[in-house]
Parts: sequence; C-alpha cells; structure tokens
Amino acid sequence: MSLDSHPLISDWLTVRNGRLVVHTGKVDIGQRISTALAQIAHEELSLPLDRIDIALVATGRAPDEGVTSGSNSIEQSGHAVRCAAATLRQLLIAHAADLLGGRASDWILTDGALSGPGTNRPIPITDLIGGIEPTARADPLAASLATSLARSLAGPVAVPEPAMRGLPDMVAGRHVFVHDLDVPDMLHARVIRPPHARARLMRLSDDSVRTLDATGLHLIRDGSFLAVAGTTEWDVSKAAERLADACTWSDNGGLPEADVFAALTTGNATRLPVVDGQPDQAGGIPPPLPDPDHTARYERPFTLHGALAPSASMATWADGKLSVVTHSQGIYPLRDSIAESLGLDPDQVELSHVPGSGCYGHNGADDAAFEAAIVAMTLPDRPILLKWSRQDEHAYEPFGTAMAVELAASLDRSGNIAAFSAEAIGGTHRGRPRPGTGQAGPRNLLANRIRANPISPQPPLPNMNWQGGMHRNLDPIYDVPAKRLIKNLIDDLPHRTSALRCLGAAANIFALESFMDELAGQQDRDPLEFRLAHLTDPRAAAVIDRLADEMAKLPLPGRQGGRGLAYAQYKNAMTRVAICVDLEVGDRGEIRLKHALIVADAGRVIDRNGLAAQLEGGFLQGASWALYEQVDWDRSGILSQDWDSYPVIRFDNVPRMRTVILNQPDASPLGAGEAAPPPAVAAIANAVCDATGLRVRRLPLTPDTILRQALNAPS
Amino acid sequence: MSLTLRVNGHDHAIASDPDTPLAYVLRNELKLKGTKLGCGLEQCGACAVLVDGKPVLSCVSAAETFSGREITTIEGLAHTETGSRVQAAFVKASAAQCGYCTAGLVVAVTGLLNGNAAPDQAAAIQALTPHLCRCGSHPNVLRAVEIATRGK
Repeated sequence: MSLDSHPLISDWLTVRNGRLVVHTGKVDIGQRISTALAQIAHEELSLPLDRIDIALVATGRAPDEGVTSGSNSIEQSGHAVRCAAATLRQLLIAHAADLLGGRASDWILTDGALSGPGTNRPIPITDLIGGIEPTARADPLAASLATSLARSLAGPVAVPEPAMRGLPDMVAGRHVFVHDLDVPDMLHARVIRPPHARARLMRLSDDSVRTLDATGLHLIRDGSFLAVAGTTEWDVSKAAERLADACTWSDNGGLPEADVFAALTTGNATRLPVVDGQPDQAGGIPPPLPDPDHTARYERPFTLHGALAPSASMATWADGKLSVVTHSQGIYPLRDSIAESLGLDPDQVELSHVPGSGCYGHNGADDAAFEAAIVAMTLPDRPILLKWSRQDEHAYEPFGTAMAVELAASLDRSGNIAAFSAEAIGGTHRGRPRPGTGQAGPRNLLANRIRANPISPQPPLPNMNWQGGMHRNLDPIYDVPAKRLIKNLIDDLPHRTSALRCLGAAANIFALESFMDELAGQQDRDPLEFRLAHLTDPRAAAVIDRLADEMAKLPLPGRQGGRGLAYAQYKNAMTRVAICVDLEVGDRGEIRLKHALIVADAGRVIDRNGLAAQLEGGFLQGASWALYEQVDWDRSGILSQDWDSYPVIRFDNVPRMRTVILNQPDASPLGAGEAAPPPAVAAIANAVCDATGLRVRRLPLTPDTILRQALNAPS
Repeated sequence: MSLTLRVNGHDHAIASDPDTPLAYVLRNELKLKGTKLGCGLEQCGACAVLVDGKPVLSCVSAAETFSGREITTIEGLAHTETGSRVQAAFVKASAAQCGYCTAGLVVAVTGLLNGNAAPDQAAAIQALTPHLCRCGSHPNVLRAVEIATRGK
C-alpha cells in the first residue's frame, strides 16, 4: 500500500504559504480524487477546504503510487492521507500542549485552529505544522474511524458533499489541459501514422521533404516513426496530412481479417485455474461439469477507450534534461520506460501531470508522451506540444480486448446452483509501459515498435494478480457449493490491447448476470429472488432490497418495453451495485433507454456528489458499450476512425436516472469508478430479453444484431 | 486583404491564414483556450462557440467565414446574463467530470436559452445531442439545464 513505501506524514501533508498541501501520486482523471483527498484532510484536521491545495503530481516530488487505476485511489492514496492527517492531528495537539500548557484533552480543534487553556486566540494548525518532526511517521492504524474527528462529534454524521475542485474553472473555460499549454518558443507537432500497425515506411518522396523545408517545418524521422513540427498548429496539421499522402508503406500482409470470436477458444489459450480470485500456476485444469443443466457463451468485441480529447504531451530537451508534461496515469513507470527507451538516466527525466480528458484506462497518453520526447530530443531547447489527431486516437490507442465467457451450471433439487463453471477467454488487459527485465517498459511504447531499431511488443503473460486482468469478477459473487473457474489467455489477437475501465469484469458480469436471469427464467423464478437465494452477504441483500423498493415506484414498461436487473460487487470486494433498466425496443430493433435505477454501497461516503457522478457516468459508459461500441477493421486498417464510424452514447439516449447510495459510516470507503459499468451492460441485455424474448449474447446490442437474431429465432 | 474577427465584443485583426479553422485562430492566435478541439470533424461538440447568439461548431469552418459576425466564446459568456446563469447552473448541478466537454456544453445550453427561454426536455436533448461526453456527466448536465431554465 501507498503508506508502506511513503510512511512519513510529510510525504503526504506539508504547509506552504499558510496553506495545507496534500501530496498524492494519484492523478485526477475526472474521478474527483483531488476533491476526495482534500475532503479527507478536512475531515481529520477541520481546516476549511479553501485552505487546502493538492500538489502537482510530478516525478521526484510526488509519492510513487504506481498507476492511477483499478478504482484504488481512495483505498490507497485516500487511506494514506487519512492516516497522515489523523496522526498529524494528534501530534499537533500534543505539540500545542507542550508549547502552551494544559493537557492534550483541553485543546479543541475547530476550523483548522487549536484553542486551549490560557489562549484567547486560536492558533492555526498551519502555523504549528513546522514544529512537527519532519521524520514523524503516519500511524497506519490512525484511519480507524474511532479517531476521526468527524466521527467523534455527537449525533449522526451528515454525508459530505464537498464542492468539486476545478469546476468553476471548467465552466468558464479556464481549466488547463495539456492541450492548452502555450509557452514561448513552443513548436506544435503531429505524427504521420502508418495505415495500420503492421505497415512500415518504405519511401518518402523527396519533393515533399523539400516542400516541408521550404515552409520552415521540421521533419523528424526515426525508422518508420515520422513527425512534423512547426510554429503554427494548423500548418503542422495540414503538412502531416500531405506527408501521409507522400509516403509509401509496406503492407506486410495487412491486418488479419479472421473472425476474432472464432479465435477466442480454450484450445488456443494459455489456461490457468482461478481459485478465490487468484490464478493458480501449479493447479491443473479441472474437468468440465458433467451434464450441466445450462450452458451459454457470451462475447464482447474490441472496444475503444475513446477519450474525448486525443492524447497530447509537451516535452522539452534542454541542458541534458528531458521534461515531459503528460496526462499519463502512471508518471513513475512511464518516466523509467521513456528514459530506458532514449538511453537516459531516470534522473535526467522529469514527468509532471497535467490533465487530459477522461481516459478510462490506458489510452494514447503514454505513447504521446514518448513521441513528444522523441521529437524534443531532435529539436533541443524547444518545447514540443505534440497532439494526436482523432484518427490517431481511434486507430492507435490500445484497445480493450475482445473476450468470450463460457458458463455452465448444474442445479440442485430446489433449482439453485449446485456447481458452476466459468471460462474467460481473451487477450491481455496489461499493455502499460512498466519497467522490468528485457526492455519490458520500452516494448510497450508504440513508437519503439517502428523506430530505426525496432523492438517487438512485450509478449503478454497471464496476469497472476488477485482479481486481475480477465479474471476480474470471473468468480461469481453468489454462494455456490462447487466452482470451476479458468482464465484463458490468447496471445496472438490482431490488435494491441491494454487496460480499459473494469478489465475483464465487464464481460464476466455481462455473462454472469445474463446467465442468472436465464437460470431464473427457466424455472419461472423472480430474478431478484433467484439472486437473493444465492447471497448471504447482508449488505448485498440490503442493496437488492432497496432496488426492489425503488423499482416498485417506477411505471411498468409498456408494450415495446422491458425491464432488466443486475447485481455485482466490483472485484467481489469493493462497491456493491444493483441496477434496474427500463427500455423500449422499436420495430427496427433500436433501443431507447427509459429509466435507470442505481443502488450502491461504497462503504463510508467521502464525497456524495462525486460518488454519484462516478456511478451514473459508469452506468452511461456501460450503456454505451452495451448498445454501440465495437472496433471494426479490415486488411487495410482500423475502420473505426471517428465518432461516426465508432458511435457512442449521446444525450438522445440518456435515460431518466435515479441513484441511491447506502452510506455505511462505520465501513471503509471504497472506490466506485468501475463498479457500475458491468452491471449496467448486463441489466440492459436482460431488459432487451424481457422486451423481445431475444437473449442476445454478443455485444453490442445494435438494431442489426437484434433484427438478425429475431429473424433466426424459432417462431 | 486582412481579416478582422469580432470576438467577445472586441474587433481583432487576424494574422492567421484566413482558411484556418476558427477554433485554431481562437486558441492559438487569440489565446482563448476555453474552446476545445476533440475531433476536428464537427462530430463531438467540444469546439462550440456562439455566432450571433447561436451555437456553431468551430473546428472545420474557416475563420474568414465568420467575418462580420459576433463570436462569443466560453470566456465571453461570463459577461452575458444568460451565459453566467448557465455557468452557475453547471456549478450547482456539479455538471462536469473531466471537464473537457464542459465548455462546449455550456455554450450549447446558453445558445439554447438564447433562442428559447423555456425549453422542454426534448428541446434540451436535441440541442445537446451534437455534444459527446465520455465520462457520463449527462444527467447532471440535464439538471443544469433545468436549473438555468427554472432557477431550481
């Protein structure tokens, strides 16, 4: 955990100009972690939020917390900041008593100031923090809620609703993204991409290079990596398009066109049994269930992160130092990977985080940072602002892998599940540049694959972490006497893939929660009752019961309507979410979302609005996956190049939404950014089945898929 | 012939090539960075500005086509009654996540209210559908429209 490697209070909390500064290695990517961290410091130290700053997240200064991913920021950074702040509170009170007398218990902390016996003027804690030993350690048990200031107050604790940091700037257009950086002597840069990942540069016409020189633009070439830089962004953008036309590329066979779902079979895979969420290297593959009562296979295509802003980065090479401004989720691993790629010492490279748009996982951010660095190294002393085009981001970001999930169940005499089998089959979710042996970091940076001395991609290895990769939520949350869980890694899928919000949980929960409905339906059992029959966790039951109460208040779906439900607990250990979706399926198979209910238990609530936003935003991203998203390609390249060829959810299909959060003041707070999308996908598929009688087991649920399945259905 | 653009109430002599899309001129020459670029294809709405009070996407059309028109960017909205009301409504509704689409949405809602003081839900959805949000701030944005329209 974050506190193990950064145990000091001063790793997390310092004072500057009379203001408290919270240090974190987690970056704000729209999930409002900075709002939550400030709120935590405020809860422990009572300092008003407007006197708390969040430090710039930069290598060499910020705690190294790896990657901002997995909905872990609250449990890692949040826990560390709470422990540091709670310990600091105790030390400050002791320090005040030492200095000014009285017993510690005589001192009262309010609004960030201490009042004690013999003082009629409260002392701001920011004046006292300098007196605390810089080597004082944060008590790792200080987060226990009994010590929390908020909890020590009498009466029920109100659910905090801190104002979202940065929001006033966002609505005024003042919030600065990497794309907005503008410094003296800056050059804009664009990359000229091969038509597809296998193509390599054969020839660049001399005429085009001469034209470029004549217009004062810089051409950067390193093998098949080509970029253009210049002072005027629009000129650079146009020149990049012209240069693309002037290049001759080798095709190298083009992209493989084979049906990816045909390749997703256990026969092609590296197979590992999974026990209690953990792959077991030594374990054998258990035999399939004999004569199961029900089997089904579910499929999800390759999908995009589809960040609204194409990736960007600013890099400067000056005086033997490379400084890179990036919206990467992992500045330390990326720094080491860039340094190794360019033959630099990590100390020569500084990465600092400035936001991009929401990323939802490993998008083009790291690659853009490295490409800006390559350009900067060839044009010293000039800040290089490199931006990907929309087509770059769509065609060259690492996709979320296609997956198939094969389920089987045997039932006992009462119709409950006696034995359950789940096989997840897919490519890797782990393509981030992380330093390691054999150039592991550089091999996962896109440009290194096509530079003059190319290095091949890191071959995917099975993710052995608890609830990692494709086996995230493979283990059903339901109580089942016998389970057979297997992950199946396919290492030769046609596209680069990496971490996309929820990892394998999206496909696994889509499969499991569809399957639960199918099992209930076969027995004419109520889908909620069937789930509750397999749950002993009282908090799960509370979430589902509340969903049932809220559902009863909704109008019943009409003639073309259907209602679908799903339940999931992210990683079987984090936020619990139950979802109900009402929708209509039109005569042409088009799906209109009408109502969505979300009931969630994320433990103790730190920022109610932020939590609700993560749940609702997660629902809508899940809905977008369910209804629209699929990467298309052919031999010539990726065909999903923009928002027309890769449609996503828009305002015209946003349902009326109601979100209920069950606060658990005495439980640990849990991250929720990835909790809602998987059950959202499943609830939509279940609602489509309710509306049409069609059980669609391949995403997305497009009109075409639905009509085709309707035509093939037995009448 | 030099190009003059009227932006946020002031005339600006423009040095950029007149065929440069308006968004690039606003951002790079006039340093009005609140107008975002998301696609350059008029598909995502991040680049919306008001032209004579109506929302227009600025990432494709050449700057010269806006000569003689009144351009208002997100930076200029704060100085209009409707624009500042919409901005306050977005804050009240917590209607942003990463914030990249937000400026375009604030412009779109202001444009909507300029043309229709009391839009119903259908009108709001129609006005906002050209705008993408990948984080899913839509429910809060729709709430912001309600607040800006009805004051609650």
